[in-house]
Amino acid sequence: MKRITIDPITRLEGHGRIEIFLNDDGDVENLYFQVPELRGFEKFCEGRPVEELSQIVTKICGVCPGCHHMGAGKAADAVYGVTPPPTALKLRELFYMAHFVHSHIAHFYALAAPDFVVGPKAPAAERNILGVIGKVGVEVGTEVLKQRRIAQEIQALLGGHQTHVVMNIPGGVRKGLTEDERRDIVEKAKGFIEFSKFSLNIFNNVVLSNNEYVDIILKGPYSLNLYSMGLVDENNKVNFYDGKVRVVDQEGKEHCKYSPEDYMEYVAERVEPWSYLKFPYLKKIGWKGFVDGVDSGVYHATPLSRLNASDGMATPLAQVEYEKMFEILGGKPVHATLAMHWARLVELLYASERLLELAEDPEITGRELRVKLENKPTEGVGIVEAQRGTLTHHYWTDEKGIVTKVNIIVGTTNNNAAICMSLKKAAQGLIKKGVDVDEGILNMIEMGFRAYDPCFSCATHNLPGKMPLIVNFRDLNGEVIRSVKRD
Amino acid sequence: MGNEEKKPKINLAIYWGAACGGCCVSVLDVHESLFDVVAAADLVFWPIALDIKYKDVEAMPDGFIDVTLFNGAVRNSENEYMAKLLRKKTKILVAYGSCSHMGGIPGLANFSDKESLLQRVFDDTESTENPKKIRPQTEYEVKEGVLDLPEFYNDVKTLDQVVNVDYYLPGCPPQTERLVEVFMAIVTGAELPPPGSVVGALVKSQCDECERKKSDNKKINKFYRPWEIEDDGETCFLEQGVICLGPATRGGCGVRCIKGNAPCRGCYGPPPDVIDPGAKMMSAIATMIDSDDPEEIAAIVEQIDDPAGLFYRFSLPSSILRRTIK
Amino acid sequence: MSFQPTIVSFLCNWCSYTGADLAGTSRMKYASNIRIIRVMCSGRIEPTFVLKAFREGADGVLICGCHPGDCHYHEGNYKCLRRFHLLQKYIKQMGMDEDRLQLKWISASEGKQFAELADSFTEEIRNLGPCKVKEVMETLT
Ligand code: SF4
Ligand code: SF4
Ligand code: SF4
Ligand code: FES
Repeated sequence: MKRITIDPITRLEGHGRIEIFLNDDGDVENLYFQVPELRGFEKFCEGRPVEELSQIVTKICGVCPGCHHMGAGKAADAVYGVTPPPTALKLRELFYMAHFVHSHIAHFYALAAPDFVVGPKAPAAERNILGVIGKVGVEVGTEVLKQRRIAQEIQALLGGHQTHVVMNIPGGVRKGLTEDERRDIVEKAKGFIEFSKFSLNIFNNVVLSNNEYVDIILKGPYSLNLYSMGLVDENNKVNFYDGKVRVVDQEGKEHCKYSPEDYMEYVAERVEPWSYLKFPYLKKIGWKGFVDGVDSGVYHATPLSRLNASDGMATPLAQVEYEKMFEILGGKPVHATLAMHWARLVELLYASERLLELAEDPEITGRELRVKLENKPTEGVGIVEAQRGTLTHHYWTDEKGIVTKVNIIVGTTNNNAAICMSLKKAAQGLIKKGVDVDEGILNMIEMGFRAYDPCFSCATHNLPGKMPLIVNFRDLNGEVIRSVKRD
Repeated sequence: MGNEEKKPKINLAIYWGAACGGCCVSVLDVHESLFDVVAAADLVFWPIALDIKYKDVEAMPDGFIDVTLFNGAVRNSENEYMAKLLRKKTKILVAYGSCSHMGGIPGLANFSDKESLLQRVFDDTESTENPKKIRPQTEYEVKEGVLDLPEFYNDVKTLDQVVNVDYYLPGCPPQTERLVEVFMAIVTGAELPPPGSVVGALVKSQCDECERKKSDNKKINKFYRPWEIEDDGETCFLEQGVICLGPATRGGCGVRCIKGNAPCRGCYGPPPDVIDPGAKMMSAIATMIDSDDPEEIAAIVEQIDDPAGLFYRFSLPSSILRRTIK
Repeated sequence: MSFQPTIVSFLCNWCSYTGADLAGTSRMKYASNIRIIRVMCSGRIEPTFVLKAFREGADGVLICGCHPGDCHYHEGNYKCLRRFHLLQKYIKQMGMDEDRLQLKWISASEGKQFAELADSFTEEIRNLGPCKVKEVMETLT
């Protein structure tokens, strides 16, 4: 049996490794996606005062610190049994929309666009953000950087620290918004909406009008028949900050809809001896291995799954795009992994529109930022949608609010099994006897993976000139017999 | 890249151990200055962005890399292997960020040990179903072959507990402007401070930069948790009775947490000549407690929850005691 | 032979050291486990000193200063008292028995009290057994 090792996978947020085994016919027998890393926040958050956790857990990920900050903030509210005042909730959501805008822009232009705008088989040296700029113009490149920076500025304004935000405190937020700041954000939000529309247009003109690309999306070896998870509001519309978690099956039928505190009834995690990252699955269906279909509890929690799991978007322009996407892709739910990029742009538009709504809400400059904590602290769950999937923080404390136990299911972790399967499927579809495994093939495998925007894949990996991947072919003794490298 | 500069470019590497990625993002956040960086340096290794593998680094001649920014703590055998490899290949090894400087947030794991950590994560977490008590293995035989994983260590270590470090650039993550200053000093050949120095931070403490109102003689009768007070947004946290690590922390971050109305938690590490940041903070706090009565003092001290986790939030592995004992 | 603890004692120059000295010159017998370190005032004992003593192998640390009100520098012993409470709380959280660190007031004339204290503290630490800080540290390096 031959073996292909990709170690480490570069251009990844965190550490990762892919092992591909080929059988004697040269077909892919199996593929393992290993995460060799563990830090153990679940353990070392014990003993800390619960209000400190919102600042500690941001260090789970420096790419999406805002998500952990929100999950932790909500869990701490729940521990004390309080609901922050309306102004505080709106400020949190406003911050969070800026966090989404920033992340989704970076992902689309730096990671996704090179494959589509420049082309999946274009020379690697062009398949990067510079190549994208070459295709769509320098002004666009500048605009991308500018919009991303503006989104970051909004976050820093409310969050203090530019990376590891300090906004939340149990019962509310630490800082309000002035009228001047509010007006400024309104203008910025309008800019985001324009930019989102513009981005959708690029997608329309470059991707959707190209049959080859549409084929890759719909017919490439990237589809998995999975359950879809996402947070929804009381009208079953997509919501990032709050609501219930809804899961729909492969046909789009509701499998379950649960409140954050009930998550354990619906989601369980499995341990495999070859990875430090666990594998969540739907508990009521059970773990049936790395397989898709209605009998397998494997689900995904991604921009696409969120759209699948909802009945629409809560803002008008995004709703139009939502309908259009499902119409073109043949109805809900969509199982084409690569449609995630499109879904992400629909979400970008939603986040921008929602940001504007919030900035125009008179309550946003209110002065009531916190409620007093009077209840005895006990236990609480906070769930938000991270860019990369549903994020669950669950804390238990003693009567002083000192943390006794912590459980966290991170956005990307939800997709661990799905990522393994997408990669395997892509590899199986692309690596065949007689097919030369060249760098184009490797990129196509990687595309299956990139769609998830896995958190170990930093959305800002956009240094010019490199789209890295190396594959070693090994014989049974582990000797490298051939090495394919793309740079 | 092929640019014909008078000054030879330096070879720059960036690597992460047990890290969150925030340090790498802080490098990317140089925005426009990225062009200055790329003009002055060839990036020869950076897993987050470049396709250069471990074996490529192994093949580099010793001292090939001029500067390595190493972020993240040393938590497992892979981190340690890479730290040693990069030390050999690098002229100036910089501990970049709190994790490699002092152990950082992952270093809080030194309050516990390997077994209880793995047990919590893989057996006891409420959503985990693991009746067979499966644990990730350093070597595991699947039907197609053997898969391996790095060994998870009992203790989190700082970079300089594993290899010799030339400079420390503190912060979680370092403020990007500070990085650019240090980087420019290196590439322009400016005279560097003696090896072992902290660079990219101030000599003075956070309090020195902080604009909150403070008196010279702080007195504390009662300690509060941050949510217990109505912060006025203006008065020094310590004077409001909320513990802020400002007095025991170097300046340089731009008091960014305090600007968000949160007290400092010490990610920039201790001021010059202080070996143990928590000890320094304890000494500062003791001076402020406003009582001479043993019982009253004991009662006031009792109000401080989790002193070890607070005073050593970012620095446990680099502290004098380093970890809990059983 | 039973466990012989290593004890480090920080004594302030003006009262406690003189007291200990008195015990010595009066040929009072007391536990030989105590290594005395003289400091100008108990208020000069930084937490770092205490932590270093444990790290280098002390099984117990005994701090002595002037009685309240008698400190040569007025406030030094109060400052020491506050640090002491904080340190006790800290070492306890680090998994050590907080009684390994104690603070007592000894005046210049209390030679006998010092000798008794030295004996009783040594006995107490002997009962607690060896402090593992140094051992743990050695496995780390
Ligand atoms: S120092 Fe902070 S930002 Fe850098 S890797 Fe560690 S946790 Fe992340
Ligand atoms: S203790 Fe904190 S709030 Fe007070 S002056 Fe220092 S840094 Fe500012
Ligand atoms: S205020 Fe303190 S904790 Fe916050 S970034 Fe600055 S040094 Fe770090
Ligand atoms: S001089 Fe003895 S305690 Fe100050």
